[in-house]
Amino acid sequence: MRRIRTYADLQGPDRSGLDQQVEAQHERVARRLEGIGTVLAVTSGKGGVGKSLVAATLASALVSRGLKGGLLDADLNGPSAPAFLGLSRPTLEVTDDGVVPPSDGRGLRVMSTDLLMDERAPLRWREPGTGGHLWRSLLERGVFREFLSDVVWGRLDVLVVDTPPGPQRLAELKELAPNRTRVLGVTIPTSASRTAVERSLRLAVEGGLLLLGLVENMAGYVCPACREVGPLHPGEAGESIARALGTPLLGRVPFDAEAAACAERGDMEGLLSSRAGREIGRLADVVAEGLGS
Amino acid sequence: MKFLCIECDEQMHFGERQLPGDGTLAAVFRCPECGREVAMLTNPMETQVVSALGIKIGGREVPEQPFELVRGSLEGGREGAFADAPAPGPVRWSDAAVERLAVVPSFVRGMVKRIYADYARERGIREITPEIMDRARTDLGLEGM
Repeated sequence: MRRIRTYADLQGPDRSGLDQQVEAQHERVARRLEGIGTVLAVTSGKGGVGKSLVAATLASALVSRGLKGGLLDADLNGPSAPAFLGLSRPTLEVTDDGVVPPSDGRGLRVMSTDLLMDERAPLRWREPGTGGHLWRSLLERGVFREFLSDVVWGRLDVLVVDTPPGPQRLAELKELAPNRTRVLGVTIPTSASRTAVERSLRLAVEGGLLLLGLVENMAGYVCPACREVGPLHPGEAGESIARALGTPLLGRVPFDAEAAACAERGDMEGLLSSRAGREIGRLADVVAEGLGS
Repeated sequence: MKFLCIECDEQMHFGERQLPGDGTLAAVFRCPECGREVAMLTNPMETQVVSALGIKIGGREVPEQPFELVRGSLEGGREGAFADAPAPGPVRWSDAAVERLAVVPSFVRGMVKRIYADYARERGIREITPEIMDRARTDLGLEGM
């Protein structure tokens, strides 16, 4: 059989240089993140635990405490951050340095696919025909990368990243921002949530990401009449996961209809002063301390 | 990727790239010894897999624009979502080129205009015409722009 020279045998340049192009993309991310102290990935591994609202409220609370903060809504297909923050859809200025993110009233810089679409438009990628299952996750990874590298985040103490359920965005953060990323897990008290969230966080830890701690959301129900917190979900997933992973349970946030109403109308000021918002404020104090350590 | 002319045992050189507009791509390589040319043809799915990585077969000619991937890939992006900085330099646009640019969705129009202007400026082209736009589209691998 004749021997055909291999790729490595050929000394001439690889005109496409695909690996160099990918490397250049990673360098762009690294350059942008030089100005960011911590990338805080808020994650759950399970849908419906209120992670996005916790992420948006926490980011706002951190900025209210004097930190320079950003919020990257990495839930590309189900973006919600702008609505929670009462952000309209402004025209985004594109400079040579990148896309300038809008800020909410207190200076929190935000990027979300919601800002790129009309209110009721579904997120839809241009289809070449077939094989969407092969390229869609690659494309979404690329869009997430652009949200990290091409947004003029400026100098930030913390960039909160609201990650959708599933391990993909965390794996990408491990690859793109390995030394800056810390993970905050969000669970609800139930055993179903415990299983899913613990699995997800274990995967993150085994992948080499640092866990900052855990938040138990919907930990009780704030009675609208007496404002006392009563039982809501059974279980103690927060404490259980914290014990299993040797990470602190940083806060327990009750379900609060007043907070939900504020979120619904994009009133972050009102949300922060609600019972649930005050708990997230306490969480922000602990997180801010943790970021400095 | 590299192409080898087996007969001459020589690495072939990249010649040109063509985007016929149907989602496929042709990249032509030529043997420097015998002059034989081959075209690598990708189907729409293969082209999209590479595009989804934000990379260009045949190499990148102009720097990656901010949000190039999301703006080039999102279907039905919001009108007026972006205000792009004007391209520097004295590049004129012919009336026909302006007309053609006007049919590009506004979500991506400013970025496309900037890419064409950068292409023209780097090559000393003073006026952008539809022919220049066609050439730039092929040279730069701007599928769908």
